[in-house]
This record gives sequence, structure tokens and C-alpha cells, in this order.
Amino acid sequence: MFTILDKNNLAPQVFRYLLDAPDIAKKALPGQFIIIRLNETGERIPITISSADPIDGTLTVYVQDVGKTSLEMSQMKIGDKILDIVGPLGNPSLIDLFGTVVLIGGGFGIAAIAPIARALTQAGNKTIAILGAKTQDRVILEQEMLNACTHVHIATDDGSYGTQGLVTDILRKVIETKKPVDRVIAIGPMVMMKAVADITRPFKIPTLVSMNPIMIDGTGMCGACRVTVNGEMKFACVDGPEFDGHAVDFEGLLNRLKTYIPEETEAKKKYLEETQGSCQIANKLKVVG
Amino acid sequence: MKKGLPKNKTPRTPAPERSANERKKDFKEVSLGYSPAMAQLEASRCIQCKKPKCVLGCPVRVAIPEFIQQVAKGDFLEAARIVKESNALPAITGRVCPQEDQCEKHCIIGIKGEPLAIGKLERFVADYERLHQNLETIETAPSTGKKIAIVGAGPAGLAAAGDLAKWGHEVVIFEALHKPGGVLFYGIPEFRLPKEILEAELEHLKRLGIKIQVNYVIGKIKTLDELMLQDGFNAIFIGTGAGLPYFLGIPGENLNGVYSANEFLTRINLMHAWEFPAFDTPIHPHKTFAVIGGGNTALDAARTALRLPTTEKVMLLYRRTRGELPARLEEVEHAEAEGIEFHYLLSPVEVKGHNGWVSEILCQKMKLGEPDASGRKQPQPIENSVHAIKSDAIIIALGSGVNPLIAKSSSDLKTDRHGHIELADPDINLTSRPGVFAGGDIVTGAATVISAMGAGKKAAEGIHKYVMNH
Ligand SMILES: Cc1cc2nc3c(=O)[nH]c(=O)nc-3n(C[C@H](O)[C@H](O)[C@H](O)COP(=O)(O)OP(=O)(O)OC[C@H]3O[C@@H](n4cnc5c(N)ncnc54)[C@H](O)[C@@H]3O)c2cc1C
Ligand SMILES: Cc1cc2nc3c(=O)[nH]c(=O)nc-3n(C[C@H](O)[C@H](O)[C@H](O)COP(=O)(O)OP(=O)(O)OC[C@H]3O[C@@H](n4cnc5c(N)ncnc54)[C@H](O)[C@@H]3O)c2cc1C
Ligand code: SF4
Ligand code: SF4
Ligand code: FES
Repeated sequence: MFTILDKNNLAPQVFRYLLDAPDIAKKALPGQFIIIRLNETGERIPITISSADPIDGTLTVYVQDVGKTSLEMSQMKIGDKILDIVGPLGNPSLIDLFGTVVLIGGGFGIAAIAPIARALTQAGNKTIAILGAKTQDRVILEQEMLNACTHVHIATDDGSYGTQGLVTDILRKVIETKKPVDRVIAIGPMVMMKAVADITRPFKIPTLVSMNPIMIDGTGMCGACRVTVNGEMKFACVDGPEFDGHAVDFEGLLNRLKTYIPEETEAKKKYLEETQGSCQIANKLKVVG
Repeated sequence: MKKGLPKNKTPRTPAPERSANERKKDFKEVSLGYSPAMAQLEASRCIQCKKPKCVLGCPVRVAIPEFIQQVAKGDFLEAARIVKESNALPAITGRVCPQEDQCEKHCIIGIKGEPLAIGKLERFVADYERLHQNLETIETAPSTGKKIAIVGAGPAGLAAAGDLAKWGHEVVIFEALHKPGGVLFYGIPEFRLPKEILEAELEHLKRLGIKIQVNYVIGKIKTLDELMLQDGFNAIFIGTGAGLPYFLGIPGENLNGVYSANEFLTRINLMHAWEFPAFDTPIHPHKTFAVIGGGNTALDAARTALRLPTTEKVMLLYRRTRGELPARLEEVEHAEAEGIEFHYLLSPVEVKGHNGWVSEILCQKMKLGEPDASGRKQPQPIENSVHAIKSDAIIIALGSGVNPLIAKSSSDLKTDRHGHIELADPDINLTSRPGVFAGGDIVTGAATVISAMGAGKKAAEGIHKYVMNH
């Protein structure tokens, strides 16, 4: 059992959780994730470790409410216990002195890119972060990223904060003006990562993207998380989650992510119906989501 | 042995099973097992060989004539005690051992008639003991003060843990998943091995004082070095199995509706997807399944698929013919009776899709050629024979390789080119690393429950000697 030590609502549908998981906290490195199962009937969902405190024995994760499990988690209170947490899983991000590194985060991807940004800056790199969100209130971790990076750019879809437009617009400008860019890391929605890879490809800038396929065990046993990289089958949980953005088959993965949409929608609807009335947040979410 | 001959003609006592029609839409156990009277009748067929061949066919050398004699007498608890001297999990092996290739294959009365139903009897005594024994009497040796880590809670790890605990060692099992049991939990389905039997065995291990730490991936959360140097374990047993699924390597394998047997079975057995939405993990409501392969895994996947509420048809596509199916004959017969369609001499060449989902699988017809080095006839493609088989889901059950996680995190652990851990001393299952032992599928590649347990027991003896001398 793993206790939720703290919980904050950071942005619409995004919560930060502080979890008591001392053994994992001792080992977690930037780029790794955990798999959570809330209770006996729960499913196993992968979540990136945004920061780990080996001394306090805690993990910080950011979870966006998209379906049944993330919603159910957002209803849990400080002091509540999560049944299963396993990790740290996946390969850590490669930390080295590359020169200038551009880090692009979209949505909950910002939480995933933050620890990598911190480590790369500490390793002596010039780190330029580009954070993207729909609106100002959805920009998360801005202060942390300001502390962690050399520069931070923000793009919002509606222009309510930072520049109006997409992270890729900023990326293009950065590449053109801040030559050379030695490495790009993008974590966020699949379409965003694909667009980033398309931009850096002609410049031959090494570009890493973090794949988030459906997972079950996270140990290489089930093969549900397979992605095609350079025409070869890879398992994101043990071979990734980071892969060469110029070599991954985004289309294939986008298709696989759609597998359970009808079932997930059903589960979410049922969950909202069951908790409705007794639970105001669920009501609110139903209007937003 | 002349006296025994007339008895050989007595037919084998059939074990009752639920009718195909009744069982094919639920997950309850297919085979019902003997009643005490049936067990005694069957046991009386044994001619009590002086040099019993059956025992040589059993990887852990269960004292077969001795236990069967007790069954014939009606002392079932004594029979169970005898079995358990060499086999810690008889309720499980009695159900899943490929007996026709092991103990029963060598039974002398099988030469002229039907061999003794050793597996069914083993299952009977274990079930009888579980239901009738008072559970107070567990004896363990006084504590030795030694700590032993077991990595992986499959049959190999569980067998090793049981013996080590009995000999007075402190034993902690580390398991990657949230439930212990390995393939016994996530792979072999409920209708063949009810989970309550596994739970009872696990309960027994816990009562021996064994601690099971789930959600713990060794190699990630802790290395072997850390277990030994920081956490004070005196020895380690690695029983991490062969859980890495093979795919076909043909176009279209990433389409939605293509599963590895591991994924499909894990969704059902470990995550209860057939009870969605009461459980959160879904399985898509497919109508037709094509299962590729012919081993136990393929049959388990096919029969599991058949039991899902929306399934209308399940096909099994195999490269060779019925005679070469590696699965147990009993399972094949059960599957045939339940209405699984077996298609032989077919090899898939491409998966075709529609809107991102599987729609059909292109297969080439095969013929059997000359036997290869292993003695099995090699399937050879027949030219211009590729044709489409319609199916909206495909389950790939081609076997599995070993998981590289541990070897990757421990450079001085020797493995072969397939990643199997190499034994420096096969007599005690010692690896190239002092104090680190291994056994089960991680050493042999995908094999059987009983051979994994046998390896676990052998390693336990090696570990016992090792820690008592260090
Ligand atoms: C390595 C990795 C790291 C991740 N890190 C984070 C994170 O830090 N914060 C965060 O909010 N989300 C993260 N995710 C995504 C998160 O796991 C899914 O959003 C989650 O499974 C949704 O569960 P649900 O029941 O709430 O939604 P569902 O209703 O199950 O699904 C909603 C959507 O999520 C996708 N999804 C469903 N199940 C899974 C699964 N098991 N794995 C991946 N995607 C799935 C589906 O394609 C669907 O579109 C990560 C995913 C991966 C693979
Ligand atoms: C579907 C199916 C049906 C089968 N049917 C039969 C049958 O009828 N009869 C028969 O005799 N055999 C059968 N087999 C084969 C048999 O199940 C295996 O040979 C046997 O389970 C191997 O035992 P094991 O202990 O070596 O490994 P496993 O049972 O694979 O257990 C290994 C355990 O280690 C855990 N693990 C892996 N890596 C780590 C790590 N790094 N840290 C911690 N834990 C880890 C895994 O999660 C797993 O729980 C079947 C196999 C399958 C897949
Ligand atoms: S353990 Fe398996 S092989 Fe050995 S006697 Fe029992 S059923 Fe036969
Ligand atoms: S070989 Fe057959 S008949 Fe002989 S002891 Fe074994 S089970 Fe009995
Ligand atoms: S999640 Fe099962 S193999 Fe990656």
C-alpha cells in the first residue's frame, strides 16, 4: 500500500500527487515511470515520475484526468492508499553534455520533461524549454522549469499566455536563430511529438520522443506496448520509453492507442454516473471533459 | 509379474468432467476429479512394480507406487504426505503436468493396456488433503539466521522457497507483478487450474513464514548486488521465467486486434478483463479469433477466447498436423469437444486490416517434409497456395524467450546467446556468480511446471549447502 501524502489541483483536470514510495524513490532516474493500480478491480496505468526524493522517500507525479482510472485517482484524498505501485520502469533518459538541448513539453508531458531538463542543465548543457498548453491556466510547472532551464518559452493555443500558436512554431525559430541545436527531446501528445520530429528531420538534429502506448505489466512480458522503430518491433516498457523520433512509426502507435476507446468511454461514463451527485468534482469534469 | 497381467485389462477409471456444452461458456474447472471410490478403484490397477518405470518418467521422482498403495488402502492423507516429499505442489502438477509424456508414458501396464492415471490420482490426494487436513501441523527447522532472496514467484521460485523455509532459513520472494504465481497465475486459465488452488498453496508458503513482496522488479528497484551487499541476503535464487513473447515478424502485426497470447491471457487471468466493466481492464468484444500456434499456450488462449461472451468462432492455425501438436492430448481433445476449429498445415504470411483493425490473415498451405535434426517433420510451403482467412482478432502463441531485465542489470551473470542464464554447476543450479542460483524457464527456456519446480528444489539444496558453509 502506498499513501498519497499530498495532492493539488494544478490546472483543469491535472493533479499533482506526492506518493510515499521509499524504495522506488531511491532508484528513480529522469525518464522513468511507475505503474499504478488503485485497487483490487483497478487497471494498471503507467505514469511518469516527475521527481523523486530519495531522502523523504517520495515521488511526485502529475496525472491528467482522461478516463476512469485517472478520474478515480483524482477523487482520492490525502492519506488514502494506492494498492500497487511498481517501478522504476523503463530506461532512464541519457544525461550527458550535448551542448544546446531543446526540451519540448505538452500537457502532462511537461511533468515528464522537467526531471530530464534539471539533469541536463546540471550536466552543463544549455537547456531551452518550450512548453505548450491550450490556455494559460493549463501551463503547469512553469516556475520549476524557469529554475531548471536556461530559457523557457511558452506557447498557448489561444494566446492567453506566452506566444499564441504551437510549440513547433517556436521550435522552428529556435533552430533558425540559436544554431546549433544539438539535441531535441519532446514529450507530450503524439501529434505534437510527430510534428517536432518532422521539423528537426531536415536539420538532422537528434530527436528523442517518449512513447506512451497502452501497457499492462511494464516488464516486457505482454507485448501490448509494442512500437515500430526503424521497421523493428520494440517494447516501450523495456526498450523505451524514449526512442529516436525520426525512426518511430507514429501512425502505427496512434492507431493502437485507439484500441479501447469504446470500452474506456463506457467505463468513464459508468463511473461518472455512479459517482454523480455525491461527487461534485465528477460533475464538473463531465462538463469540462 | 504374471500375477498382474489380468489387472491390465481393467480399463482406466475415467475422471468425470463437465460436458462440453455446459463448460464452454464459463471459466469453471473442466475436469472434476475422482471421488474416493474412483481413486481407490484406479489405484488398485497398479501392480506395484519393484523397479517402477513410472518414477523415472517423473522429473522430481515422486514415489509413485508408494503413494498409490496408500490410495488403494484408503489412507489418502498418508498418500498426500508421500507425494509431497518430492513434489511441493501436487494439486497443481496433478492438473497441468504433461503426464502422457512423463510418468504415465513409462507405466508398465500402459504397454498392453491403458497406463495408470497417475496424474489424476496425484490431483485427488492433494485435493483431499487440502479439504480434510487440519492445518496446524507445519514443522520447520530452527532458524539458521540465513536470509535468502527468491526472484520471481513462479513454480521454480515457490518450490525453492518452500524447501528453504522448512530448513529454517528466512525467505523473501520478490515478484514483479501484483500477484504471485508466475504463469500459474497469469497464463494458465481458471478452467484448467482454479486460482483457489494456487491461493491455497501460497497460503501454505506464507504459513511457513515466507514473505512475498509483490510489485518488485529486481534489476530495476534493486540489483543483485544490493540484495546481497546492502540487504544482507546470503544467497539468491533467480526464477524469472521465460516471459518475453515472440511475434511472427510478418506485416500487419501491429494492427489492433493482434495480441500476444501473453497479453490476451494476462488481460483475462491477471486483470479480469472478462468481468469488464466490474474490473477496469477491458478486452475488445471480438466475434472471431484466429490463434496461431499449437502448444499449451495456444490452446489456453483459444479456449479462453471461446469463453468470452461475444465470441462466435475460434480457429487454431498450426503449421504441422494434429500428430505434431506440442500441447497435451487431453487439452486438444477438450478443445475439439468445445468446438475450436483446428486448421492444420497453415503458416501465416501477412495480417490484413481495415480501418486499423485486423480483418483477415493470409496463410500459406504447408506440407510435411523430411524430419529435421529434432526428429520432427519440417513443414514446407506449397507454392501459390496463399489464401485469406477472415478473423477480427489474432492471438500469436509462438512461445516465448527469456526476459533480459536481470541479466542486463548484472554484468557478471553469464547467459547464452538467447539470454538463458548459464549454470556454472548444474548439479546445484549455481550460476557464474557466487551465491546466485537459478532455475526454471530462465535457464532451460519455456518448459514445464514440474521441471521448473524440480529445478527450484535442486537449487534449494545447493543454496542450503552454500549458506551453511559460508
Ligand atoms: C510511459 C508512460 C508514461 C505516462 N506518464 C503519464 C503521466 O505522467 N501523467 C499522465 O497523466 N499520464 C501519463 N501516461 C498516460 C496514462 O497512462 C494514461 O492516460 C492512462 O492510462 C489513462 O487511464 P484512464 O483509465 O484514466 O483512461 P482510459 O480511459 O483508460 O484511457 C484514456 C486514454 O489513455 C490511453 N490509455 C489507456 N490505457 C492506457 C495505458 N495502460 N497506457 C497508456 N495509455 C493508455 C488510451 O489510448 C485512451 O486514449 C503515461 C503513459 C505511458 C505509457
Ligand atoms: C499459457 C501457458 C500454459 C502452460 N501450460 C502448461 C501446462 O499445462 N503444463 C506445464 O507443465 N507447463 C505449462 N506451461 C509452462 C509452464 O507454465 C512454465 O514452464 C513454468 O511456469 C515456468 O516456471 P518458472 O518458475 O520458471 O517461471 P514463471 O512461471 O514464468 O514465473 C516467473 C515469475 O518471475 C517474475 N519475474 C520476472 N522477472 C522478474 C524480475 N526481474 N523481478 C521479479 N520478478 C520477476 C514473473 O513476473 C513471474 O511471476 C504453460 C505456459 C504458458 C505460458
Ligand atoms: S509430478 Fe507430474 S510427472 Fe511427476 S508423478 Fe506427478 S503428474 Fe507425474
Ligand atoms: S509403472 Fe505403472 S504399474 Fe508400475 S508402479 Fe508405476 S504406476 Fe504402478
Ligand atoms: S507493457 Fe507488457 S511488454 Fe511492455
